[in-house]
Amino acid sequence: MTQDPNLIVGFEKADDAGVYKITDELALIQTVDFFTPIVDDPYIFGQIAAANALSDVYAMGGKPLTAMNVVCFPIKTLDIGVLKAILRGGLDKLIEAETTLVGGHSVENNEIKYGLSVTGIIHPEKVLTNMTAHIGDYLILTKPLGTGIINTAIKGGMAGEETITRVSNTMVTLNKDASIAMQEVGVSACTDITGFGLLGHLSEMVRGNGIGMIVYAGKVPYFPEAKEFAGMGMVPGGTYRNKDFFSQWIRFDSTVPQYLQDILFDPQTSGGLLISVPRGKADGLLTQLRGKNVNEAVIIGEVVAEPKEKIIIT
Amino acid sequence: MIKELDARGLSCPQPVLQTKNMLDEMTEGMLTVIVDNIIARENVKRFAESNGCSVKVEEKTGEYLLTIIKDEVPEVNNNIKEGVGQVILISTDVLGKGDRKLGETLMEAFIYTLVDAKPSPQKIILLNEGVKLATYGSPVLEALEILQNKGVGILSCGTCINFYQLKDKLKIGTITNMVEVVESLSNADKVICL
Repeated sequence: MTQDPNLIVGFEKADDAGVYKITDELALIQTVDFFTPIVDDPYIFGQIAAANALSDVYAMGGKPLTAMNVVCFPIKTLDIGVLKAILRGGLDKLIEAETTLVGGHSVENNEIKYGLSVTGIIHPEKVLTNMTAHIGDYLILTKPLGTGIINTAIKGGMAGEETITRVSNTMVTLNKDASIAMQEVGVSACTDITGFGLLGHLSEMVRGNGIGMIVYAGKVPYFPEAKEFAGMGMVPGGTYRNKDFFSQWIRFDSTVPQYLQDILFDPQTSGGLLISVPRGKADGLLTQLRGKNVNEAVIIGEVVAEPKEKIIIT
Repeated sequence: MIKELDARGLSCPQPVLQTKNMLDEMTEGMLTVIVDNIIARENVKRFAESNGCSVKVEEKTGEYLLTIIKDEVPEVNNNIKEGVGQVILISTDVLGKGDRKLGETLMEAFIYTLVDAKPSPQKIILLNEGVKLATYGSPVLEALEILQNKGVGILSCGTCINFYQLKDKLKIGTITNMVEVVESLSNADKVICL
């Protein structure tokens, strides 16, 4: 693979998006994500898919500029109104994100899939990656966990309307305000919590980086329904796969219950930001976040020197 | 009687849902479930254990055989034998004949008053439209939950739940069948019908 000197962040570090330097003042952030419906309401699904795709740009501290739709749709068997509602949901989120839709591409397929490719901008020296957490930092998570487990329960028809509404509201929430808050305060590192689950993404932050982390099990926010559904076996395959792969970096205290281990490995859709912030700035960041209505953000752990490349959940 | 469920080739959460359906129909006995992946194995095992069943897992050439044993719920059993207490049979979601709105208000007031009544009933059995009281959107869910926490059995008729297509909406209590309903009524000290 040829290495272009202008490629600031490539895919080898499992980061959120690619970053490419154009000039000394300007770099492009590029990302794409799409998936099958997770809720029945097409308009809400469109919003979730857009919030999820935009999130990678926010996690790097960038500003999304343009987006393109990526669509698979069974046009012969399903009403076009469904597609229109999905696209309207996506567009409404782009408008909220002050991002311009410039086009897209659709393919006929038996299964609905929707997402977006998003392009953002950032100053090349202000790129926030997942590799720059410092010893002594506090870790702040901005959204509750458990969407993977609850989405499985929704698929199985086990979740009630209230639960679906509450979880949807969280998934359609942009990470925009959280991102602006952390840029104003100045933080060490950031990632958004998606398919690898909280512990998978934390593993990516400590691997090969000479640091360790402690996660306070009792502080991690999660949807109460996730506990109930995990106990009922509504655990998605991704949770087990994350556990299999990332467990080598994880040490659970014996008091951490099974359901919480599942929630900590649970793949998230449009999850929150995980921010590593210098200890002295943590209170300031929480105040900023609350001021922007990111009310569920809490400190969930800290970065430590020892044990290296291990995450202890206690 | 041993029941069998072949859940091979199904993706999550289907194996769990089918196991749930089979277990819901059984009052006691043995169910064997065959699955072909670890995710289904773990999820079915968790589901069965969370419902108080015992589970044994055997692996055979990449497939898993789960033997699930469901025992009859002991408390209900004892109560029936002792024949103590009061059973309230509710076969409507409104109280009395007449204006529906008024009926709803009266039913809500009745259930909430029941929370503080002494002694508490042993069971509340919900039949026909009565099952709606235990499902999503019911105005008396909170009161039923308090009653349940006090040890009152909240039993909804399975046939009725299926008829009104409320299977996914049941929020509280357990599903029962006519055998248990008849036994509960004949063993009760006193039955109150609404």
